Amino acid sequence: MDKRMTTADMVGELRDGMTIGIGGWGPRRKPMALVREILRSDLKDLTIVAYGGADVGMLCAAGKVKKVVFAFVSLDFIPLEPYFRQARQKGEIEVMEIDEGMMLLGLRAAAWGCPFIPTQIGLGTDVIKVNSDLKVIGSPYDEKEWVAMPALKLDVSLLHVDRADERGVCQIKGADHYMDDWFARAAEKTFVTCDELVDSDYFADPEQSRYVFWERSMTTGVSLMPGGAHPSSCTPLYGFDVAHFKEYNASAKEGGFAVYFDKYISNTTEEEYQQKVGGLEAIRSLPMPVY
Amino acid sequence: MSTPAKEFSLAELMICAGAEAFRHDGEVLATGIGLIPRLAASLAMKTFNPDLMMTDSEAFVLSEPNPVGNRPDDFVQKNETWMGFSRIFDNVWSRKRHAMVGPTQIDQYGQANISTLGGSYEQPKVQMLGVRGFPGNSISHANSFFVPSHNKRVFVGGECDMVASIGYNPARLPKGYSLNDVDIRFVVTDLCIMDWQGPDHQLRLVSLHPGVSVKDVQENTGFDVFIPEQIAETAAPTEEQLNIIQQLDPHNLRARQLKDNPPGRR
Repeated sequence: MDKRMTTADMVGELRDGMTIGIGGWGPRRKPMALVREILRSDLKDLTIVAYGGADVGMLCAAGKVKKVVFAFVSLDFIPLEPYFRQARQKGEIEVMEIDEGMMLLGLRAAAWGCPFIPTQIGLGTDVIKVNSDLKVIGSPYDEKEWVAMPALKLDVSLLHVDRADERGVCQIKGADHYMDDWFARAAEKTFVTCDELVDSDYFADPEQSRYVFWERSMTTGVSLMPGGAHPSSCTPLYGFDVAHFKEYNASAKEGGFAVYFDKYISNTTEEEYQQKVGGLEAIRSLPMPVY
Repeated sequence: MSTPAKEFSLAELMICAGAEAFRHDGEVLATGIGLIPRLAASLAMKTFNPDLMMTDSEAFVLSEPNPVGNRPDDFVQKNETWMGFSRIFDNVWSRKRHAMVGPTQIDQYGQANISTLGGSYEQPKVQMLGVRGFPGNSISHANSFFVPSHNKRVFVGGECDMVASIGYNPARLPKGYSLNDVDIRFVVTDLCIMDWQGPDHQLRLVSLHPGVSVKDVQENTGFDVFIPEQIAETAAPTEEQLNIIQQLDPHNLRARQLKDNPPGRR
């Protein structure tokens, strides 16, 4: 089976109004080449579910977003994502703001075909007040009340991984695969970009196959996109681009997203984008972050 | 382990005071969010509570805390087990954790906020991080607060603009719960140490940092603080503690955490 696609083909399968999960975490292993492809498209009214970073900020700034399901949107070393802030402070987007762990439970519920998963999380907080569709229910077994975290069913998930084969076996060698496995399982279709495309024999070595966190049946399409997570990280291949994120952050105060978009994304192929940020070699030599 | 230091910074005093929050925790995952809380938890683990567990702030549990900042190329961290984000939640929900976090707002009930300020929820005046893990942390395990600048914008009257973590508010108590199910421990600020053991879980003054008065604390808090008859002075760091802090923070990043790096004795 050959699941290779172009990122343009992948974005071509997206429709206005879809609910799209985006893997990674803050500035880490985000499918940014795919995000840039969406930014160049005329897609709109998207609901984005993510442990958010610049992916969420850029999509909000470009007017692609109707609603964000989030626990945080942050660039880590720059704590507050500038364009997500602007969108919220202008009242431009709807939100479902939930705890980080609630999002995991919602993805699991979707993956497992459950309408909801009961949890204590959110009780006593405004999370259950501001989300009117979040129900508090009684337990059949005790006198306590519980939050019924609804399934976060995704039309599509977008992920970036270290390597994959053409059948959609995906490997993540970084220290953490975040919740990418659950994003893949919660979605109808999952499109994956990879830094390297390998022969299936590569995974015959158990030291390689143990870093595969979901079955290929969960992967709809793969696209070779070296450096495709930039400016986010794809450890151990490359760290996140601190200088680029600083420029991105500063653009919010100097001209707004249009300036950044025109400089790096508009009418630009991914290859041209990489030339503008110093080339693939420069991306591949970005240092690993120290925490 | 008990030679009081003659000179120390306020940051160092707060690290040592913060470490006390973890003294009797035993074998739990200690998570200090931000440099001073992380050094506080690390100091506790290196001294009086070696049973603590910490992460590398990425994906591994360590049997020894990592020094903060850039480490030498030949540095090898003491990994113990993998603990990526999804497994962090397994630990959180199993209750074996004590986090020290830095909220933007804290109210009289110990409810805390890192999400939004002002305006309406649909259009906040200031969007911050989002609730992150506060709702789950606060109902699952012990939490302490770190406040680098003790003032009325942090310690707000009324309730937080967005209540991100459960506190001792009877009006919000979930069915089947008692206020004693909530476990908020210490509040470490640049003025004092407090806890929530006043009458009806009122915020209570525990110790004043050297040179700080009760009036300073009350005037900078947007609600009444319970003032007991006996108030200690926050213990000065010992020379031994300062040596360990120096090893944990060899680049002296702690000197950049508080404005102008004030001395511990004012």
